[in-house]
Amino acid sequence: MSHHTTPTKSFWTPANIITAVILLIGLVLTVKRFTMGIASVSNLSDDNPWGIWIGFDLLCGVALAAGGYTTSAAVYLFGMKQYHSAVRPAITTAFLGYAFVVFALMYDLGRYYRLPYPLTIYPGPTSFLFEVGLCVALYLTVLAIEFSPAVWEALRWKKIRHLVHGLTLILTIFGVILSTLHQSSLGALYLIAPSKLHPLWYSPYLAMFFFVSSIPAGLSMVIFEGGLSHKYLHHKMDETHLAESSGVTLGFAKAASVVLFAYFILKWIGVALGNNWSLLFTGWGAWFLFELIGFVLVPCLMYAVAAREKNEKLAFWASIVTVLGIVLNRLNISLVAFNWQLPLESRYVPAWEEIMITVFIVTLEITVLRFCLHKLPILHEHPEFKGAH
Amino acid sequence: MKRRKFIGLLAGAGACLAASPAAAGGAQHFEGYPDSFGVLFDSTKCIGCRKCEAACNKVNELPAQKIPFDDLAILETKRRTHHDTFTVVNKYDVDGHPVYRKIQCNHCLEPACASACFVGAFVKDKTGAVHYDAKKCVGCRYCMIACPFEIPTYEYHDPVTPRVRKCTLCQSRIEEGKLPGCVEACPKGALVFGRRVDLIKIARERIRKHPNLYVDHIYGEREMGGTSWLYVSGVPFERIGMREDLGVTPAPELTSGALAVVPAVVGLWPVFLTGAYALTKRREKIAEEERKHAVAEAVSNTEAEAARKLKAAMDKAERDKQAAVDREVKKALKEAEEARKKAESAESGDQ
Repeated sequence: MSHHTTPTKSFWTPANIITAVILLIGLVLTVKRFTMGIASVSNLSDDNPWGIWIGFDLLCGVALAAGGYTTSAAVYLFGMKQYHSAVRPAITTAFLGYAFVVFALMYDLGRYYRLPYPLTIYPGPTSFLFEVGLCVALYLTVLAIEFSPAVWEALRWKKIRHLVHGLTLILTIFGVILSTLHQSSLGALYLIAPSKLHPLWYSPYLAMFFFVSSIPAGLSMVIFEGGLSHKYLHHKMDETHLAESSGVTLGFAKAASVVLFAYFILKWIGVALGNNWSLLFTGWGAWFLFELIGFVLVPCLMYAVAAREKNEKLAFWASIVTVLGIVLNRLNISLVAFNWQLPLESRYVPAWEEIMITVFIVTLEITVLRFCLHKLPILHEHPEFKGAH
Repeated sequence: MKRRKFIGLLAGAGACLAASPAAAGGAQHFEGYPDSFGVLFDSTKCIGCRKCEAACNKVNELPAQKIPFDDLAILETKRRTHHDTFTVVNKYDVDGHPVYRKIQCNHCLEPACASACFVGAFVKDKTGAVHYDAKKCVGCRYCMIACPFEIPTYEYHDPVTPRVRKCTLCQSRIEEGKLPGCVEACPKGALVFGRRVDLIKIARERIRKHPNLYVDHIYGEREMGGTSWLYVSGVPFERIGMREDLGVTPAPELTSGALAVVPAVVGLWPVFLTGAYALTKRREKIAEEERKHAVAEAVSNTEAEAARKLKAAMDKAERDKQAAVDREVKKALKEAEEARKKAESAESGDQ
């Protein structure tokens, strides 16, 4: 990670060695998965058809890539131009996030090579998974186009860059529509299984919960990644990015605080709607409250204080708590509170190979992201395109 | 592209996106195909001989089992369906008496698996069978998430062509005029094959004739909107591992409400977002105009002020100049007067 600060130093820094080891193990497991089947690398079973590849890679991956649509909507639609420098890093992480969600899906799908089927020859529009697939495919395309100017600038292809730039407004509106639909649809996937998901997490509002919580998830990822870039990629950031970054952090902290509070209230409306008050006094209730208070209310208050006192460090910590809370929520719905009635011996615990494949995919994503941040004009403006927004 | 044209295109795209889910999610009441078949299972007649399991294995050409079908010790463990076993019989101890229950696909009238499948690989056939088409299957296993009876299973060990596996109701045998394998093999008449409407009559008749032998409930008549397999039992169904909290709502209705929101989002978001954008632009324009106006005003104010100051300075300079001239004249006059007086006194001294 430090080879760029001291270019003469060997490529084999501790961080790069760990990365290489993870990638190597991942490649071996990948070969195993695709030659010996899903069973050879996972604990997926007939009782537990979806594991961490769906619960983490898909559900968390998509929620945490929400920074793309939230940031571009704030800047291009709601006129918060002071956050402009945050758009390109957010679009970059969103694009890579979605690309790797689709990549991770290849491991989970039994017949991955038929992935285009639902969108081409055999559409099944009664399924929320169809909507997820359609919107993710379209949104990945939108993100690819939104991301492309960084590449055109690096290649100095001015005409096409100018052309894509002209599409900004349309792409942003499409992005918000598609994100609203698939973020919410991921929650709606579970609407069909009220008998399997614990009533404290099952709600007719699942779609709304997933959409609303994706907003602070996206904002928090922008704050979190902004904090990391500031620390490790300071030299890659130009004056505009450095000058605007504290405004972005505090502005987004304020927005995240407001939306987290709305989400907190919505979750209680969900409890009231299902009349699940008595369940709060069970073990599951304690776990539910732990999630809702510890990882929604607490970061909401942290953000509020951070925005009020202009405390960027506190906002950074709040972003970590929020991100962990989103991960906890998605894992609760997909794994922990799902199949809650099954006897303990039938419950799902991921195999080490499954976890390792997920770690491999995340590592691969971070490696590609690091490459992009180093080689492309993302944290700084390209000198030949300065102010061309 | 003109903005109006753009909105028109969006609306068109929205309509395309929305039309099919809305129609499919429409909460039409479906009573099932009128002459479709089903099977009635009577737990008071089942003796747990596993002959149905053996027959199922044979007619579906499933792999040989490690534990032979005449080994009844396996009944002590709770089993479920797997990729190589489409049906299992479990034994339940109810107040010291063994009660047996057969598990297989219930062939719902409005199947959750079919509603959940994003390639439409599951179809409710007019024979009553919920038919799975492996040629369409992508292997997402959402059907297994959706099924309230935990029936579909998967060939996780197959790296290239894994399939979802489940009971077929022996659809092909039915079409040939034969009985499903398990029904044919049952030595005790615990399984009755027939038209679903007739099976419900048979079940009612049994309960009416022997009210002390049966609980007054036909499981599957209304559960999850109704299933082609029906069950009667001498003990409450929850005591033989059958969930009684599933409700009577068909699975598609669980998602139809949320699916209906899709066209609303597609229709309303572009309008709101374009509106937000227009408002932002307008606010920026007004701010810009106000700024220009303020600058112009400030400039003219400054100019007037400068002119006033200049005039004041000029006036002052004029006054100073005049004063200086006056002073000099005065001084010169005074000097002349003094000189004259001096001359006068000198003259008088000389005299």
